[in-house]
Amino acid sequence: MKDFSFLIGGKAGDGIKQAGHFLAQLFNELGYNIFIYEDYQSLITGGHNFSIVRASDKRILSHKQKVDFAIVFNKDTLEKNQENFKKETIIIYDSDVIQSNDLPKKYKAVAFPMSNVLKESNLPLIVRNAVSLGILAGILKIDFELVKKIIENSVHKKIEENIKVAEIGYKEGLEHKNGFEIEKLKNEPRKILTGNEAIALGAVRAGMKFYFAYPMTPASGILHFLAANEDKFGVKAIHPENEIAVALMAEGAATAGKRAMVGTSGGGFALMVEALSLAGQAEIPIVFVLSQRPGPATGIPTYTSQADLLFSLFAGHGEFLKIVVAPGDVDEAMFLTAMAMNLSWKYQTPAIILSDKHLSESVFSAYYDENKIKIEQPKLWSGKGDYKRYSDEKDGISSLAFLGDKNAIVKATSYEHNEFGITTENSEEAKKMAEKRLRKKITLLKELKGEKTINVLGNKKSKNVLIVWGSTKGAAVEAAENLGIKVIQPMFIEPFPADEIKKELKGAKKIIDIETNATGQMAYILKANGIEVDEKILKYDGRPFIIEKLEEKIKKIIK
Amino acid sequence: MSREMDTKIEKTWCPGCANFTIEAVFKNTLLELEKEGLDLSKVVVLSGIGCHGKISDYLNLSSFYSLHGRAIPVAEGIKLANKDLIPIVFVGDGDAYGEGLEHLIFAAKRNTNINVFVHNNRVYGLTTGQFAPTSPEKFKGRSTPKGSVEEPLNPIELMLASKASFVARGYTGKAEHLKDLMKQALHHRGFSFIDILQPCLAYFDSRDFYGKNVYEMEAQDVSNFNSAMAKALEWDYNNGGKIPVGVFYNQKKLTFEEKICLTN
Repeated sequence: MKDFSFLIGGKAGDGIKQAGHFLAQLFNELGYNIFIYEDYQSLITGGHNFSIVRASDKRILSHKQKVDFAIVFNKDTLEKNQENFKKETIIIYDSDVIQSNDLPKKYKAVAFPMSNVLKESNLPLIVRNAVSLGILAGILKIDFELVKKIIENSVHKKIEENIKVAEIGYKEGLEHKNGFEIEKLKNEPRKILTGNEAIALGAVRAGMKFYFAYPMTPASGILHFLAANEDKFGVKAIHPENEIAVALMAEGAATAGKRAMVGTSGGGFALMVEALSLAGQAEIPIVFVLSQRPGPATGIPTYTSQADLLFSLFAGHGEFLKIVVAPGDVDEAMFLTAMAMNLSWKYQTPAIILSDKHLSESVFSAYYDENKIKIEQPKLWSGKGDYKRYSDEKDGISSLAFLGDKNAIVKATSYEHNEFGITTENSEEAKKMAEKRLRKKITLLKELKGEKTINVLGNKKSKNVLIVWGSTKGAAVEAAENLGIKVIQPMFIEPFPADEIKKELKGAKKIIDIETNATGQMAYILKANGIEVDEKILKYDGRPFIIEKLEEKIKKIIK
Repeated sequence: MSREMDTKIEKTWCPGCANFTIEAVFKNTLLELEKEGLDLSKVVVLSGIGCHGKISDYLNLSSFYSLHGRAIPVAEGIKLANKDLIPIVFVGDGDAYGEGLEHLIFAAKRNTNINVFVHNNRVYGLTTGQFAPTSPEKFKGRSTPKGSVEEPLNPIELMLASKASFVARGYTGKAEHLKDLMKQALHHRGFSFIDILQPCLAYFDSRDFYGKNVYEMEAQDVSNFNSAMAKALEWDYNNGGKIPVGVFYNQKKLTFEEKICLTN
């Protein structure tokens, strides 16, 4: 197996993220699958940041704890990332900021005066990322032309100077005694995407015309990506005064016939909940991206969590159909977002994409073919007779006309209403409309029978079963493969695919629930659906599960 | 008349309520504008929650009966999605100056091309008589039985400070004058704001006060911000002083939607 992990550590402002992306592109060009985990703090400069880049000849959805190479820009990295190093780790460090006696003897090290090389070339310290890319490429005997190409593609200023210092590093790397030649694989390079980019692409393919958002980590990546690509995608990315306006503007746009999505994290979603309920009552299609981070309140902004599962499920006063999906990787982020958008329009009801920092901001090799996504049309008004916005249909779904449509008087409302959309307090009518709205779920359940709503992974015959959801899929699937056990991952949370899960659990001996929250929220949903888990493995320190440690924990349980 | 303007459902405003006046003036405004070529199928009525909000139910026009304080952002989304639509947002004083104040300020700041008509009776009606953001100081409402200790907000001053491009004040006791303001607002390309003073017969009957003090402003240079501001400060929304009605400010500038399209 060809599987390499790299850690890049330094302070914020050192260009850690860019260095990680350089490496990812390098290995992507060499035909490897990529995963990048980014660990950073809620500050602009200083502190301690690191990225772990993993490149493998097999599909990977997670990083490993132990790395083969480390690029070290500050002393902090040596102390704070100790648990990521093993004795074989080759540590490439800036000898202008770290003395050789700072470095524990057990490691193989490559000392290089990165800061001085840049000083001589009149380049800022951030260019250490290009120097270190050169050193690493030299150690691994990678053709320098490839390094050049990557710098040309990603650097926008002083490209020649960047290449020159990368070459100085490259020559140093070539001479390193522990160097070896890395194999170029036959695979073509793939698209590498963050979860946020995949969510954005899925929505664009499913016909989104407007994205409204107020900045909030870890969802901001969607806003930035769409704003930077407005013209390419034919969308508008709009940043209003707050999350309340965000959700309401999206609902206004939808009522006028344009597909819209909004994105935020838990605190912003809390502000959107009022509008979520409005979408339930007024039957407005809208997609919410809820990218979780640890709470309560401001919590830990740049870290990960799966603690808003029940919040998303129960958000919104009153009773109405909601669609909740939880993608576990970029492929699922793309197609589940598209599916959520299409279903939201077909059922005229809100949909929620549950992501988290670990999915939203990690980088994955993408396999899913975007061209498979189709815009599915909702039931549109025929144009005949008087239009009834909330006509009482057998399947619960009234035909749609939009504001401004000729001959249609479209009345959307937050009040309980009659079929025309005029306020009612009549008991018969209130009951009739509540039932009409809830009947949409029955229709949706029928449609979902033909769709894949859960993933079954790992050793499908094993009687030891892990239940995971969202980004936890990555580490859990690899741990399960190593241990030869089964994984069930519900991709739909609402409607909950209880029957499908029960079928897969037949004969299971040990059911283990794995989540990054403190109370086992998925286990709670399973229990409500008559499924008891035997054990829970929970993590609630803001960090995602990591394969090696998770594997040990599972091992103890299944012995 | 091209279409029936009423939905024919029972109107539950109090007998003699000034909301009837606003509704009638609005219908007449639309009918007159229709003769000038306005396509009624492009008109979208929006309202918040409060007595005013019922206008969405009563008018046989496309409408969005939104949440309390939340009609304005919905109207902005509608206008962004389809620039041919004409959103006319009826809001209450508690609705626009209390619960949803941030939306009002930002809609003005953006110069989004919508019309905001505030039913300002300076009291909460539907929730049965509490003080409002524009109630006079010492106002005795059900939540302030000893009298409100807050100074009233001056929405004209606030809208000017927020860069609104059309700012006017009307009074339901001057229906013809109000109709003229509505027409000007609908002709204005950009954010149009009318603070419509109205008595609430149930909780704040200010008819005598308005009858004595409201006067129509003489024609003035409405493009001059400083004189508009000076005029806006003539009445502070307390009990006392003369109350000018008419257009304070009218400035031509690009709208939010136009600017968004220019960045294409």
